[in-house]
Amino acid sequence: MKNIIELENITKTYGNITALDHVSLKIRQGEIFTIAGPNGSGKTTMLKIMAFIDTPTSGEIHFNGVKVGDENRSQIRTKCTMVFQKTALFNTTVYKNIAYGLKLRGFSKKEIDERVKDVLGFVKLDGYEKRFAKKISGGEQQRVSLARALVLDTELLLLDEPTANLDPKNMSIIEETVSRVNRERKNTAVMATHNLFQAETITKRAALLLGGKIVEVGTAQEIFRTPSKHLTSFARLENVFSGTSRILKEGTSLIDVGDGVEIEAALRKSGKVSVFVRPEDIILSRKPISSSARNVFKGRIVEISDLESVVRLRVDAGKQFVVQITKRSFNEMQLNVRSEVFLTFKASSVHVV
Amino acid sequence: MGNEIIDGFIKALQLILSGDHTVMEISGRSILVSGSATMLSVLWGLPVATILGLKRFRGRFVLKGLFNAMLGIPTVALGLVLYLFFSNAGPIGFLHVLYSPPAMIIGQAILITPITVSFITSAIESIDPEIKDLAKTLGASETEASIAVLKESMSGVVLAITASFNRAIAELGVVLMVGGNIAGFTSVLTTTIALETNKGNIELSIALAIILLLIVSVLSVSINLIQRRKT
Repeated sequence: MKNIIELENITKTYGNITALDHVSLKIRQGEIFTIAGPNGSGKTTMLKIMAFIDTPTSGEIHFNGVKVGDENRSQIRTKCTMVFQKTALFNTTVYKNIAYGLKLRGFSKKEIDERVKDVLGFVKLDGYEKRFAKKISGGEQQRVSLARALVLDTELLLLDEPTANLDPKNMSIIEETVSRVNRERKNTAVMATHNLFQAETITKRAALLLGGKIVEVGTAQEIFRTPSKHLTSFARLENVFSGTSRILKEGTSLIDVGDGVEIEAALRKSGKVSVFVRPEDIILSRKPISSSARNVFKGRIVEISDLESVVRLRVDAGKQFVVQITKRSFNEMQLNVRSEVFLTFKASSVHVV
Repeated sequence: MGNEIIDGFIKALQLILSGDHTVMEISGRSILVSGSATMLSVLWGLPVATILGLKRFRGRFVLKGLFNAMLGIPTVALGLVLYLFFSNAGPIGFLHVLYSPPAMIIGQAILITPITVSFITSAIESIDPEIKDLAKTLGASETEASIAVLKESMSGVVLAITASFNRAIAELGVVLMVGGNIAGFTSVLTTTIALETNKGNIELSIALAIILLLIVSVLSVSINLIQRRKT
């Protein structure tokens, strides 16, 4: 497949600080690519360089096979556009915000009107033309930012944490829009995020950026389903347990993680291992349930944290487990701190760190 | 004494309401001279402020500090320097502009340039630096992106221009030194108020002071109203 943009040995320094350290990356035409990494890892710098609004200290960039330099940078810049993490809006109406790039490109008033109307429909903000951009809600503002970028129909769309700090409704509108645009128009999108769940749901390939270096590139599945030490180091994975594993005759392994807790995992490994279970992979019940799942533990809730649409519970079952359930389940089950519960998860939900 | 002041007020109001020729002529000249001076200071101050606000270069802080320091320049001192420049023995004496409106305009323009530059610079600096990147990523050239930032800082720019005009129309030192308060030619509000008060022509002074205050406050209030409607 053709690459739309290729970074070769890109380094960017600000004084003594190295924001990007010999980064090489190829983005394929038509894909949605994720750059995952913690705050300060260089994601924004990387996107700004790919948007040609910042220049690398050293290294080469090729766009559609053409080497980018001072002579063609501003012309190539018009083929990309970036949506910033901190919503930046012109202090005027929604219409004028979205029309800005079209005006620069010399579209007629009639064409601009049509395109603005269409794109507002895309981000579910029909009829917002005359509203003041800075007077609508934060989620709506971010959708205006996205619309303003989408209306230009550029070959490459760069999104810097587009859903950071947004509520689930606005988040899903933005995610759906990005996926839909990619599907319908075949434009390439590169998204920076620290939300791994999002990275996994809407992108096929991803890179992991740590301290300005790319430490992993691969399919989202490879990176996020079987996390490496790099990923755990920034994702602060919960339910990480270390212990001694022995292989059972059934082919799975039983890991003694201490405090009387033994976890069965669908892997063949003996000796010292570290494993983790995703909080959303654990089924929580009031009574023991009969299922195919190999791991069942009895425990008590010790902590409850409300995260809008979901609830996270800390359960002491010898070892402490973090479990994530929907708010609705939480209400229906009438759970409280000290409630006795059962935790159930499959051996295949246990991953090696 | 009290009666004199009240009398002065009444006569002053009569002068204003009757559209007295001298009052109107002096007021008109004041607005014209200070308005032109403001335009001139914006003409050269705006590009300087845009560069100071947007570009990062060596000596930027020194330059900014210099303009800030000149904000409080004593008008009489500047008037004296300009007098020496414009006088026949001075380096640009050949222009023969001393004691004429052009000299007053140039003098005031120089006086208010630090205000124009400093205030516009901080208005530009207060704009989110991301706006420039935003304009660029939407397809703007370097110049178009700078214009976008300038547009965003428009309310601050308008405020800077208003403040500059107010300083110009209210100052006395420069216009007195290089204009000379020649009746019917270079006399403006401030110079006439000073002179007529000394002469004991209190009602004319009061009338002109009222007009001066009116110009300054009406301008400030209307700018304020326009700005509020825009946001």
